[in-house]
This record gives sequence, C-alpha cells and structure tokens, in this order.
Amino acid sequence: MPKDHDGIGASTKRREDVRFLSGAGRYTDDINLRGQAYAYFLRSSVAHGNLTSIDTAEAEAMPGVVRIFTAKDFEGVGGLPCGWQVTDRFGQPMKEPGHPVLATGKVRHVGDPIAVVVAESLAEAKDAAEAIMVDIDELPAVIDMKAAVAGGAPLVHDDVENNLCYDWGFVEENREAVDAAIRGAHHVTTLELVNNRLVANPMEPRVAVGDYDRTTGEHTLYTTSQNPHVIRLLMGAFVLGIPEHKLRVVAPDVGGGFGTKIFHYAEEAFCTFAAKAVNRPVKWTCDRSEAFITDCHGRDHVTKIELALDAEGKFLALRTDTLANMGAYLSTFAPSVPTWLHGTLMAGNYTTPLVYVNVKAVFTNTVPVDAYRGAGRPEATFQLERVIDKAARELGIDPIELRRRNFIKPEQFPYQTPVAVVYDTGNYHATMDKLVEIADVAGFPARRAASEAKGKLRGLGIAHYIEACGIAPSQLVGQLGARAGLYESATVRVNATGSISVYTGSHSHGQGHETTFPQVVAEMLGIDATQVDIVHGDTSKIPMGMGTYGSRSIAVGGTAMVKATEKIIAKAKKIAAHLMEAAETDVELAGGQFSVKGTDKSIAWGDVCLAAYVPHNYPLESIEPGLEETAFYDPSNFTYPSGGYACEVEVDPDTGKVEILAFSAADDFGNVINPMIVSGQVHGGIAQGIGQALLEQAVYDENGQLLTGSYMDYAMPRADDVPMYAVDHSCVTPCTHNPLGVKGCGEAGAIGSPPAVVNAVVDALAARGVTHIDMPLTPARVWAAMNAAG
Amino acid sequence: MTSVTMTVNGKKMSGEVEGRTLLVQFLREAQGLTGTHVGCDTSQCGACVVHVDGVAVKSCTMLAQEAAGAEVTTIEGMANPDGSLGVIQQAFQDHHGLQCGFCTPGMVMSAADLLKTNADPSETEIREYLEGNICRCTGYHNIVKSIQAAAATLRG
Repeated sequence: MPKDHDGIGASTKRREDVRFLSGAGRYTDDINLRGQAYAYFLRSSVAHGNLTSIDTAEAEAMPGVVRIFTAKDFEGVGGLPCGWQVTDRFGQPMKEPGHPVLATGKVRHVGDPIAVVVAESLAEAKDAAEAIMVDIDELPAVIDMKAAVAGGAPLVHDDVENNLCYDWGFVEENREAVDAAIRGAHHVTTLELVNNRLVANPMEPRVAVGDYDRTTGEHTLYTTSQNPHVIRLLMGAFVLGIPEHKLRVVAPDVGGGFGTKIFHYAEEAFCTFAAKAVNRPVKWTCDRSEAFITDCHGRDHVTKIELALDAEGKFLALRTDTLANMGAYLSTFAPSVPTWLHGTLMAGNYTTPLVYVNVKAVFTNTVPVDAYRGAGRPEATFQLERVIDKAARELGIDPIELRRRNFIKPEQFPYQTPVAVVYDTGNYHATMDKLVEIADVAGFPARRAASEAKGKLRGLGIAHYIEACGIAPSQLVGQLGARAGLYESATVRVNATGSISVYTGSHSHGQGHETTFPQVVAEMLGIDATQVDIVHGDTSKIPMGMGTYGSRSIAVGGTAMVKATEKIIAKAKKIAAHLMEAAETDVELAGGQFSVKGTDKSIAWGDVCLAAYVPHNYPLESIEPGLEETAFYDPSNFTYPSGGYACEVEVDPDTGKVEILAFSAADDFGNVINPMIVSGQVHGGIAQGIGQALLEQAVYDENGQLLTGSYMDYAMPRADDVPMYAVDHSCVTPCTHNPLGVKGCGEAGAIGSPPAVVNAVVDALAARGVTHIDMPLTPARVWAAMNAAG
Repeated sequence: MTSVTMTVNGKKMSGEVEGRTLLVQFLREAQGLTGTHVGCDTSQCGACVVHVDGVAVKSCTMLAQEAAGAEVTTIEGMANPDGSLGVIQQAFQDHHGLQCGFCTPGMVMSAADLLKTNADPSETEIREYLEGNICRCTGYHNIVKSIQAAAATLRG
C-alpha cells in the first residue's frame, strides 16, 4: 500500500526526471573531451569471406586523418572474451572460436570491423574510410540454422565442425524417462515454432570515448554500458592487459539497454586502445544503421516442443528440441541464454514431473546473438504457454482451467522442479484469479459477439509465466560455466551532518534507481529520502559491482544496500548508546531518532552522525570514528516473479490486421518499493512483447544481408500500435531469501506478453482451423494462415 | 564554411557551419545544447524534435543553414523563467512519462506542438500524433497520460 511518506511502497516521483526533462541528462555522446579525435569503423559489406588485403596508403594521405588501424595493430592484444562456458551433453566444453577486436583473416558477418580511421572530424574519418582498398574473396554464407548444422554447409569457423557450438541436454539423466512417458501418454501435443530474431534498439545508440593520461598511465573509457565494472574486468584483464587501478570505466546516463548494453564490444576496446596510441581522446558514436549490424541481436530460436498429458489433462512430460543462433562469434554471455536461462524455466508454473530440454547452439554469418530483455526466459515461456494452449484446444479443456489443474499449489513451496531450480514461493492460483477479474474474462463472450456483429474476429489469449531473476549464487553459476561472480555491492557513506551517499554497483539506465534506492534507505533509518543520494556508473567511485540486467537491481543490489545500511545502524546504535549513557541493547531507532527503551531519552540521527566524525565524546577505545560501511551480497537463490497475462484482439478477416483492444497483467513481484515505477516497467515490457508478437523481426537474406537494417524497415511499436494496459501487482508472495522480500520486475512484461498475444490471435482464428502462426503476426502472415487453413 | 545565426531559446547564437551541417549538429556540437538527441539516421525516431519558428521539426532532417534567422526552441527552452519545469515537463514527471530519458526531449517538444493546435486531444489523437516519436521504455501508456494531464492543466 502506498504510504504518506517517501519510503518503501510510495509512488515517489522520480528525481532523475528533472534533468532528463530539462535537457540536462549527460549521456555518453554528450561528452566531448578537449582535443578528441573521431573514430569511424570500416565494416564488411559481405557476410563471409577471406580478407586478402587491406591497403590504407591512399586513405592515410587524406585530409584530417590521424591514424588508420587494422588487425595487425592488434596482434599483441587479446580477443573479446566469452563470459560463460557451456558443457555439452557429452561432457565436452563448447566450441569457443576467437573473436578479434578487428577482423583477422576472415570476415564473418555484415558489419564485422575491418579497419578504423581516426581523424580530426567524423566527416574526414568517413571520407578516408572510403579510400581504403579492401580485397575480400567472398565465400558462401550460412544463414539458416537448420542448413548450418545439416552437414556440408559452409563453416563460419574452419575448426568448428557443422557450425555446432554445443549440443546441450538438460536434464540429461531424464532423457530416456521423458521419451518413455511421451511414448505411453494418453495425449501428446506437438508444436513447432520460431522465436523470432529481434534487435533490442535502446533509443540511445552505443558510444565510446577513450582517454589516456600519459602522466599517470591511467586509461578512462566513457561508454554506454549497463555494467561498467564488467567492462573494466573483461577489457582490462582479457583484451588490453591494463591493470584495473589504471583503468576507469564510466557509464553515465545511459539511454536504455534491454540487455544489449551488457556486453563488451570491440568499439570499447578500440577507443581505449587508440586513445593511448594516438595520444589524444578518441570518440566513436554509433549511428542507427551501424547499430543494427553491430549491437547483439536477441532470441532467434527454432523449437519443437512436445507435451504429454493424461486423460484428465495432467502434464506428464515435456520434451523440447531447440536450435539457438549464436551468430558469427560468441558474445559475452551468449552461451548461457539458450541453456541455463532457458532450460531451467521449462517447468513453468506447473507440476510437470519430467522435462528434457535439448539445445543445439549454431554459428551463422550473422551478428552475434545474446541476451535481450528476458534472455532465455521469454523463449521458454513462449513455447510452454503456446503448447499448453494448443493442448487445451485439442482436449477441449478451457485454457485457464488446464493451467489451474497443473499449477504448483501454494502449499507446495518451496518447490523443487525437475529442471534443477527450487522456487521459494508463489501463488499462481491467486495471480490467475486476479487476471480473470481485471481482464473481465467473464464478459468476453459478449464482447466477441459484438465484434462478430461488425464482421471482426475476436480472440482472448491467456499466458502465465515464471521468471528467474537475480541469477545466483556465484558458487553455483561458477559450476554451470559462468566466468563471473553474480553478487552486488553497496557502500553507504553517512556524511557528518547525516545526509547519505550510497555507492551502488547496480546501474540505472531508465529503471529509476536514483529514486527507489533512497526510498529503501530512508525507510530503514526513518529519515527523509531527500537526505539520500545514489552514486552509480563510475568504477572510480563505486565498489566492484556487477551491474544491471536480469531484473537483478533491487533483489541483489538493493539487498547489498540493505546489508550495508544494517551495518550502519548497528554502529550508529553503539554511538547513540554511548551518547545517551545506555546499554546498546536498549537503543532503538525509529523516525530518525535513537531512543532508550522505557525512558524519554533520545538523540537525533544527525547528532549521532556528527559524533561519528567529530568524536569528542566518543568511545574511541572500542569503535572507530566515521560512519561508512560496505556490503557485498551474493544471493542464495534466484527470485521467481510470476504472473498471468491476458490479451484481447480483433482480427480483420479481410486484411489479417490484428488490433490489440485490451491487455491485462497480474504480476506477483513480491514486495514493491515504488508501485508507479513497477507499473512503468511492466508497461514497457508488454510493449516490447507486443512488438515481438506483431511487428518485429530481424530478417537476413540468403547472402547474409540484413534486410531490416534501419527504422524504416524494422518495425517497433509506436504509440498507435499499443493500447492502455491494465496492470496489477497486488498479489504478493514475498521472496523468502532476501530481506526486502522483492523479486524484480524489469523483464516480466516482455516474457508474459508474446504468448498472450499469439494465443489471442489463434483463439480468434481457431474456428477457421488455424492452430499456430509464427511471430511476428503481420497482416500478411495472418491473412495467409486463415486462408490456407480455411 | 558559412556563418549562420539563429535565435535559440531566446538567445542569438552564431557559428561557422559546413553546407552539410545539420541543425541538430549545430545545436549539439556548436552550441553545446545536448538535450536534443539523435536516435536514428532515417528521421524516424523523433528524439531530435525542436521547434523552428513555432513548428515541430526533426532537427536531423534540416540543415543548419535552413534555420538561419529562425526562432528555434529546444528542450532547454521549455522550463519556466525561474528554471522550474514547465507544464508539459512537469506532467511527464508526475505521470512517469519517461524512463531512460533519451526520447523524452523529442516527446516533450512534439507534445507541445500537438497542444498548440489541439487543446483537448483524445487518446487516439495523441497516439496518432506521436507516430513520429519512438519510445522503447514506457510502452507509451504514461506518455499518453502525461500529455492528457498537461492538456488539462493548460486548459485551466
């Protein structure tokens, strides 16, 4: 419930908005350093070929050129590292081909960087790039995943047989039992589907500005990143060999990320490297067309899923086979997405006792594919919620009822799934009940009749998702192949007059941390949230932290901050006890006042803070002066948000155009810090999910040319493509293993919405014999499906 | 290089520009007005919307020289004289009409343009008007609410 103050539960207005609304945000492209030069990347225009020669002589003589770099300048430099090693179902490590900063020997996708011109101006850099003579012996490209692994296809990497990165089975021990259960089942529903390839498209294109101070040997990189410490670690340790105390990475205001700004990109390493090489700052600003061929793409799975049911509709076993596109190189966390972030979610909200997931990861001559909002979990949810809907129709059971029959019951938590994870808590019946209420499911038949009366086909689609956020603990993910820890950090620095600066390893690029994090500290101390500020995004200021992705900020970063604040309170109570001449155990903190139980003695928060820094009357023999604490928090488990989504559509039978008339979401995020911000996160996720379902697809032709390479060709939702959303987060089962009871809300909307939309369209067209349409459900596809089936 | 002068947010501003210099480059690079953003290269996203002589323009699609002598308003010119947020800006904060903030300047400038000609736009009119502004964060729900609220405030 919202409170009348600005602590936990209040819909506090966002403080960061004032600068964004005033044009005073400071994004990376707003940073211009004295004497900076401009970098322009000459990129491959073909998808696959041998680089036979690069002649830069003419270009080097062009006006304004400072220096031109090619792969030979990076011979002493490491390649871009992959942060996750998957072990295949035969116990062998995945194939891990190198990923050079600049293409070496071969180009492997359109956009692969061949050379970089650094010049006095961007225009001069571009002009010079046109004068670089590049010879490429073009090779046949491999784009289609099925063809890539079929044998005899061109090889993206000469030493990776059949373009197969790994063949992963999960849980491998269940394989035969799942096969047997499916063979003997009363009913098996089978569905083949595509999870369409997407481009994340944060509105701010990527930018990198490298700087080098010869007097100190310090490098600085300003970059559009969700996790500056991860970039510092990967780039410093694995690519450029710069010790971390000489490398500062700053991610200032970042204009959206959605996963695609997690990864370490070649341009970051280049600008850092080049700034030293040319002894002046070097800036690279990506333009949008360049972003389409360099930002990692998302999704791109082709799946066959089989669900075995008994006569009552109980789920008996689930088997999936997926081809997952890795693109031309392994991006930072790419191998983990179709495996651990996907396979572990295949139980969904259900008691399916046997699950087997097979994933073959495939190299193709396309841009690398990595995490995009939801990362593996939308792919899991989409196939599961689609096959359940299909099964409901085949068995003549209401799709809501079929889900209810198979839901894990509230009393079954903690629940051990057959796919390794343990759900700590949840109440799926409650979120489904809430969804049925807010979507007015009971009124649907009347609305459908009204649509039919005007010649439209109306459908209602339901989906229920489970998500796993705040991937952890580090010990476990290390065993699963992660080459990083997944803790978070916070330093709480109380200033002498009681105001507070919190230094968090989390990074805000739209999520509103500058508002919500102070709400938590203010609640704990009973002080006004305006007394608390957040510092983030600069490795020279914050403790080593892992950043923001996977809906982890409040559950992991917030908990680190809570733990640091608890240490502050413990120390402040000692000081207060001394000042009030009371026993420490009798001191209480409430409303920003320390008091002694059962007495009228009290002392204000600010006075205790001042005593810590002006320790005249202070127990120096037992405690240090100052009031600053750091905590690192490594969660014991994921958190598991869940929820029910409903979409209502009208389809025009003449054109196949789908209009979304209503969209409802009933989520259980555990406790909520700022309901306004949580609703906003859900809205944005739903819009991206609607985009995936109806509009978006990265399309390559057979030669590896990206046909959807600009905003003219790649359709993202605009204001008139989406409706108002009914969102509810009143169903609360607090997370049991973090002190705030929070779960995370950033990706849910993008996970739950695509199957709800597709289920709705299939519902509208079911009477015409349509059982499935692959996303995006463009008018052409919908029209073709209903006419083919009818 | 040609010298160009225009009035930006009430102040005369001059600079040397090339023939190809875009208005957005003049504003961002020559004048340091970095509130106007570039989100695409095909005049689709609307992050660069400013007003030129009272009309909303995508400043990535206009040459600086074309704006010579014009009155230009950017997001930096939308606050009240005392520096506090103007009505539309305030409505965006009140209704959580922004997240990452990158599309926001263009959204505010487009909203201001809409409300000049339509004091009480319907939800449909707002959505259709915003076709040239892409937001990837908010799902538009709260942008629509912000503009409706701003319209109500401006109507008094």
